[in-house]
Amino acid sequence: MTLVCTVNGVRHERAVEPRLLLSDFLRHELGLTGTHVGCEHGVCGACTVLLDGEAVRSCLMFAVQAEGHELETVEGLSGGDASGDALHPLQAAFREAHGLQCGFCTPGVLMTLVPFLREHPDPDERAIREALSGNLCRCTGYQNIVAAVRLACGAAPRA
Amino acid sequence: MAPHRARSGIGERVRRNEDARLLTGRALFVDDVRLDGLLHVAFLRSQHAHARLTSVDASAARTRLGVVAVYTAADLGDYWRPGPLLVPPPPIAGLVFNPCTQVPLAKDKLRHVGEPIAMVVAESRYVAEDALDDIVVEADPLPAVVHLEAALAPGAPRVHDHLPSNLAAHAVQRKGDWARAKARAHAVIKRRFRYDRGASAAIENRAVAAQWDPRAEELTVWDTTQAPIPIRNGLAQLLGLLESQVRVIAPFVGGGFGPKIMMFYPEEVLVPWAALRLGRSVKWTEDRQENFFATTQERGQIHDAELAVTKDGKILGVKDVFLHDTGAYDPYGLTVPINSQCTLLGPYDIPSYESEFTAVFTNKTIVTPVRGAGRQHGVFVIERLLDFAARELGMDRVEIRRRNLLRRDQFPFNNEILFQDSAPLTYDSGDYEPALDEALKVIDYERFVREEQPRLKAAGRHVGIGVVCYVEGTGIGPYEGARVTVEPSGRIRLATGVGTQGQGHFTVFAQIVADVLSVDVTDVHVITGDTREFHWGTGTFASRGAVVAGSACHAAAVRVREKILELASRELKAAAADLVLNGGRVHVRGDPKGGMALGALALRANPLRGAVRPGTEPGLEATAYFGPDRGSTANGVHAMVVEVDQETAQVEIKRYVVVHDCGRVINPMIVEGQIQGGVAHGIGNAFYEQLVYDDEGQLLNASFMDYLLPTATDVPNVETTHRETPSPLNPVGAKGVGEAGAIPTGALFAQAVEDALAGSGLEICEIPLSPNRLFELIHEAR
Repeated sequence: MTLVCTVNGVRHERAVEPRLLLSDFLRHELGLTGTHVGCEHGVCGACTVLLDGEAVRSCLMFAVQAEGHELETVEGLSGGDASGDALHPLQAAFREAHGLQCGFCTPGVLMTLVPFLREHPDPDERAIREALSGNLCRCTGYQNIVAAVRLACGAAPRA
Repeated sequence: MAPHRARSGIGERVRRNEDARLLTGRALFVDDVRLDGLLHVAFLRSQHAHARLTSVDASAARTRLGVVAVYTAADLGDYWRPGPLLVPPPPIAGLVFNPCTQVPLAKDKLRHVGEPIAMVVAESRYVAEDALDDIVVEADPLPAVVHLEAALAPGAPRVHDHLPSNLAAHAVQRKGDWARAKARAHAVIKRRFRYDRGASAAIENRAVAAQWDPRAEELTVWDTTQAPIPIRNGLAQLLGLLESQVRVIAPFVGGGFGPKIMMFYPEEVLVPWAALRLGRSVKWTEDRQENFFATTQERGQIHDAELAVTKDGKILGVKDVFLHDTGAYDPYGLTVPINSQCTLLGPYDIPSYESEFTAVFTNKTIVTPVRGAGRQHGVFVIERLLDFAARELGMDRVEIRRRNLLRRDQFPFNNEILFQDSAPLTYDSGDYEPALDEALKVIDYERFVREEQPRLKAAGRHVGIGVVCYVEGTGIGPYEGARVTVEPSGRIRLATGVGTQGQGHFTVFAQIVADVLSVDVTDVHVITGDTREFHWGTGTFASRGAVVAGSACHAAAVRVREKILELASRELKAAAADLVLNGGRVHVRGDPKGGMALGALALRANPLRGAVRPGTEPGLEATAYFGPDRGSTANGVHAMVVEVDQETAQVEIKRYVVVHDCGRVINPMIVEGQIQGGVAHGIGNAFYEQLVYDDEGQLLNASFMDYLLPTATDVPNVETTHRETPSPLNPVGAKGVGEAGAIPTGALFAQAVEDALAGSGLEICEIPLSPNRLFELIHEAR
């Protein structure tokens, strides 16, 4: 089948198998390997991307279901700057607050938080933790992820 | 956001050099590797826990469109051989050890669910998985060996036919005279303790990709391993190549936690072999379900333990007899049960100790270290025994611990038994009682017990507090190395062999070097986990990266500093003692505007023309190695306040306090992160995570829907306090911290929950719990 979709502002037209997962399409067809795959059954959240601005699990969608839609991956978050100098404020807060260790779950966490923070610009800790509860992280214990979100929202960093 | 001020050096809260790559999706993980003409692998795995394998017919699979090759054990020829024994056991007198290491593909017998039987190589992973259904396997099921005690019963089915029983190992270690201690005791506390299996559950599954370049005659392997150098050396030997013809890259690895240092996984020997044989690039990435069956696990043990105490609560001795589940094979030797045996002694002065263990083969996934690596069990046993003893003696839990802690003047303290590294279990340094006091102060123990708990209990709420102590043997040998180079740009290149799985190596090692060379930490470019860059070393395990590789980085930087000063002394015509290194320059004291940049000196050290003084080496570069005589011993105290809902058995963690001492702290931010993650892992082990096997050896919860990892709503904020008792065994003074958070959590959980339900008769002698299991225990106690 022919799939037409927009990813990080770039239009793609590709022939794909109907059974190709969206996560595999992004990673292996488009080479956008920042989207990670941790469980392929929709629990860990590592593969989260934005579909028309909403967070979705790309391992639970077929690529063809993205037909005509706009996707955004972690590579699009910092405006595509390859040098790493330009970080989205949320990315910068993660660096500042040590909100990542191995970094494997991080792209999915970021893509979950972007729409969450759009709708909840000043969340309390409980709300942040609820928002994160669909993303598994084995390294951080979540504490510094929460701290990073609060930092990104302008809350005073912890002493 | 506060602007970042460039800083450097040991002890600073420096943000990480590696983060920009990870945050933007540019960091390379193994499954991200893109290669021309890449082939994909899927494995057919055993559905039986125990069976005779009578035939494997792959003929239909081989004819499927898109399938390039299918290999069974018979197709491997001479390449089929059991894996190496990774860790030979320590020289314990009277030790019995039966090594039975894993095989690349099952040949005659299937020994656990998930054991690989056949390997399909195809043009896509989708086709490879389709072809698995084409393979016809005939197997005669056998009764499975699942439970530890039944495994050793006479007439039990045997996992390995050539052995007389399922006994994998037996070892006894002793100090003092247990019989005499028991005879003298005012009280002897005896209990049976159980610990069950959990998954390491790194969010990145394992993966291996391999590419053979026939022109360069070089094999490149990308591997999610914690030990790229031993993998390279082993592959070279297996494949008949020079070590220099094999390059193993462990790029960014998405969490290790121990199982990624199992060597060799079947997939690790088969994927490179297939790439060579087919002359094409080949990749395999584990899926989550495979991970539950094929990636190593840990923690099944049953302990029968006794504690002999005086009326005053002084420990006279401990006896512990335990069974250890090693799974279907035992390639990792005795590391896990010896850690259990050694860590039981904890921070306490225990004059007599008798510890006997039997490692048992079962028809379950192979057991190798998982964060903590057996230490949890030892801590659980001694801490629970102390709790029960305190109760029997009518003594406060904290007081019985305090009375038995080793004193500051007792170090180095020889425990008179052997540790996993074959060295005597000697604690290098420590200061235990102030750590206990600090934890009590932070959690406000006295006030909680005296005021808050009675007040809340009177209001019908079940709140409890727990306080436990532990030690962690860390930073063992044999050695690691590092190479430090000043580049003409003035930036510093630092190459070392230990791969990274999120511990912050790109920053911590850079801080050590930046400290010695007085440069900014962002100017130190760290390369790890690529054997082309550095090919001497062992790997990332046993909380040893900062201690052993960090010390090697330090030693190499010190030598480079000497070279800088020697050359600058000639160039600036000043005595080395009068020179100052600062901000990437070297200048004569009192003349900060003069002098030379390090980059300019590096160019001078590598001239294109002219005579070179005899005995000098080009460049500003040095390689150094560090190997400690023995490991350094970290310690800590964890304290927790919980509230238990007696009706639902839900446990809410109100506060979690950690006071820990990992010697000199290189980066407090990273150390705190390690502890927070460890505690979360420990909470998972204590209350959420259990691999449930049925009597046929089938794993019943092999998905993240059924196996519960703690989420952001389950894990509390951890309040961490650092104490620093430097290790005398390395120049940095560091001790390891990678596993510390996960080690005492089970013991702490049990104590705090019991305290919340004090008076109910509840005794917790098992981990993991779960709301369901706790509910049962509460009702059994009634």
